[in-house]
Amino acid sequence: MPAAESMPSAQAVRVVTDPLLPQSYVVKRAERETPDTFSLVLHPQGHADGNAFLPGQFSMVSVYGVGELPISISGDPVQQKNLVYTVRSVGKATHALVSRKIGEEVGVRGPFGRGWPLDLAHGKDVVIIAGGIGLAPLRPVIYQVLQHRDLYGRLVVLYGARSPREVLYRSELKTWARHRETQFLITVDYGGLNWHGHVGVVTTLLKYARLQPSRSIAMICGPEIMMRFVTRDLEAQGVRREDIYVSMERNMKCGVGFCGHCQYGPHFICKDGPVFCYEHIRPLLDKYEL
Amino acid sequence: METLERIVAEHPFFKGLESNYAELLTGCASNVRFSAGKYICKEGEEANQFYLIRGGKVALQIFAPQSDPLTVETLEEGDVLGWSWLVPPYIWNFHARAIQETRAIALDGKCLRAKCEQNHDLGYEVLKRFSQLMVRRLHATRFQLLDVYASR
Amino acid sequence: MTRGKKNENEPRLLPSSKLACLFEALTRRDYDVIGPTVRDNAIVLDRLQSPEQLPIGLEDEQSPGHYRLNQRQQDVYFGFTVGPQSWKKYFLPAESRLWSAERRNASFHILNNDSPPRRHLALVGVRSCDLAAIAIQDRVLMQDRYIDPVYVSRRQGAFIVVVQCTHAAATCFCASLHSAPTAKAGFDLSLTELLQPGDQHSFVVRAGSPRGAELLAELETEPATPGDLQQESDAIETARREQVRTIDLNGLKELVDKKFDDDCWDKITARCLTCGNCTMACPTCFCSTVEDTSDLSGTTVERWRHWDSCFTLSFSYIHGGSVRTSAKARYRQWLTHKLVYWVDQFGTPGCVGCGRCITWCPVGIDLTEAVRAIQEGKDNGNA
Repeated sequence: MPAAESMPSAQAVRVVTDPLLPQSYVVKRAERETPDTFSLVLHPQGHADGNAFLPGQFSMVSVYGVGELPISISGDPVQQKNLVYTVRSVGKATHALVSRKIGEEVGVRGPFGRGWPLDLAHGKDVVIIAGGIGLAPLRPVIYQVLQHRDLYGRLVVLYGARSPREVLYRSELKTWARHRETQFLITVDYGGLNWHGHVGVVTTLLKYARLQPSRSIAMICGPEIMMRFVTRDLEAQGVRREDIYVSMERNMKCGVGFCGHCQYGPHFICKDGPVFCYEHIRPLLDKYEL
Repeated sequence: METLERIVAEHPFFKGLESNYAELLTGCASNVRFSAGKYICKEGEEANQFYLIRGGKVALQIFAPQSDPLTVETLEEGDVLGWSWLVPPYIWNFHARAIQETRAIALDGKCLRAKCEQNHDLGYEVLKRFSQLMVRRLHATRFQLLDVYASR
Repeated sequence: MTRGKKNENEPRLLPSSKLACLFEALTRRDYDVIGPTVRDNAIVLDRLQSPEQLPIGLEDEQSPGHYRLNQRQQDVYFGFTVGPQSWKKYFLPAESRLWSAERRNASFHILNNDSPPRRHLALVGVRSCDLAAIAIQDRVLMQDRYIDPVYVSRRQGAFIVVVQCTHAAATCFCASLHSAPTAKAGFDLSLTELLQPGDQHSFVVRAGSPRGAELLAELETEPATPGDLQQESDAIETARREQVRTIDLNGLKELVDKKFDDDCWDKITARCLTCGNCTMACPTCFCSTVEDTSDLSGTTVERWRHWDSCFTLSFSYIHGGSVRTSAKARYRQWLTHKLVYWVDQFGTPGCVGCGRCITWCPVGIDLTEAVRAIQEGKDNGNA
């Protein structure tokens, strides 16, 4: 959805598109990833386009009559037939969304926001560090890199989940590691009984990662605490602050800079983010109750 | 063929150690191998050794009643297993089990403790490295405790 | 009717007895005339049919947490400054329906958008500070990356008649922000009330736009004399001079960053109830929230937008809890956004110095004093 043009005077404003009106989408598939997390595949209904997006962008998804929420797009940005969202059921609106049945309709506005700096990563190593559901906004990056392999250097994906039951995209993960010059490492905080893989927080994977700090672009997504631990350790390994990117999250009611809720310091997370360069927001991360 | 001294000196944990210390340490060192499934040590046993892991995977485990052992953390190549040999009462606090075939350098903690008592400079080098390891492990453990991925 | 039309920008003099002609000319052009009027012992904004409904002869007495209307000696039409309401209630309504949709079989059809008012609005009696506030909201809602259709549909075509202040309330501080008291641009007509001996007084009228000039030409006016213009200039100067409060934003950006955890905030916000009155009264605050509703059968659904305030606990809620739980954090957010972050976001501060937040705070917290408290100590080598 293109941004509306801005006009200088009040009397000559022309609204190009209405950023507040949802477009219809139908649930084509719903996959249960974990006990409380689902991936929904949505197809447009009654309109052709609107599926193009940049990795890292989000949509405002409405369950009619219940509510609307910001959700990162977690599908393949190269195909443009559908939109995929990975949603964790934590409240009324998310519960309503994951309860949608095949064929049911939802509303989508967007895509909004600034995405991951894939253009800056050309020729460099792409280091992806995801915690929990933070893998969802990063999956489009992995798709993009794997489908345009020659544009990028090494791909390193470090993924930390709470427990084996809470690992996302289980069947896909195995295929990622098979690509050339690609390293995929996974760890869980709590191993349980049948897990024979790595146990420990995601930062413990850093020492096993084949990193070239000076030619890496790091993209991190997960709970804020996790991002703070990870950025600290990345810096200790020699990755520059201006080469580290994080995805921030705050309450959103509109997604287009009108409601004021998503402000983080001087930034609107919906317009200036959700992806930010760590260099620019580092001083904000330390401020309690910002 | 790699000598034991070279292996010890080049292990990430002992990086930067002066060559005469490396020699001292090698005097307490031996090459070991654990097959998959073997227990390297058990909770409550006397802790007389520590291990520089060269390959494979080791799980630190706790036995809880009515349950199979719970893995608290896993260690791989480059990690160090065991610091209970350094602090009284010199008893292992966890089980350590090789979950894959694991190769390591075993260092005789008792022997090394004696050498550190005699040579405080060596002792300082050893303690410097162990304290860094402990701080990193403490941070990681605290992070783990926060259970950041849980829904609230 | 059309006299002296040689110079469209020449200031004219309109006798107060002819003020009704302005209202009539606006009504003839199918505008809904909105202006100040008295209700419940306060000056509020409402639809007006004639100048007789203006708060004639009243002046306001304002101070932190205090507002009274007093009778003046003379029957001036605009002897007050600003009341608790601002013009944002018309352009950015407190409640608006964004869209409604109806379920037909398995899918929802969006029925209509928000329906804007049938007639354009004519705002009569806009103070210069409020004019600056309108321009600030224009920047946020019409001139940034996205355009708000609700705001545009109401703002577009609005006719603005500014009335410049000739005195200041104790809570005014527009002069130190340079937003007022002189109206600079963005209006169709500007009026300044001049008191003359006896019951007669007049308005110096200026056109600020072609359609303002066109309407002015229909009114019975005479050219304003140099004496009139001098009187007007003196009157506006009085409004500037009478202001007792000031605010200095220089260096505030660095200070709020440095003093983020300073206990000056605790002192400032010790009394704050997080009631949000300041945000409701403020002419530039624009935050809103959204609510989806449906009828019992789930067939018809609607999305409504309401004013919201960063002072509410739920404002910053994300899964698990709110980010800003303390009153201190919420007040700090409001002040810092209004005076510092707004500049990063939109190029100017968000405050116009109207003083409403000071008057309408039930515990009398003074924004200018808050800024001073933050700046305190900077000359002690702590900067």
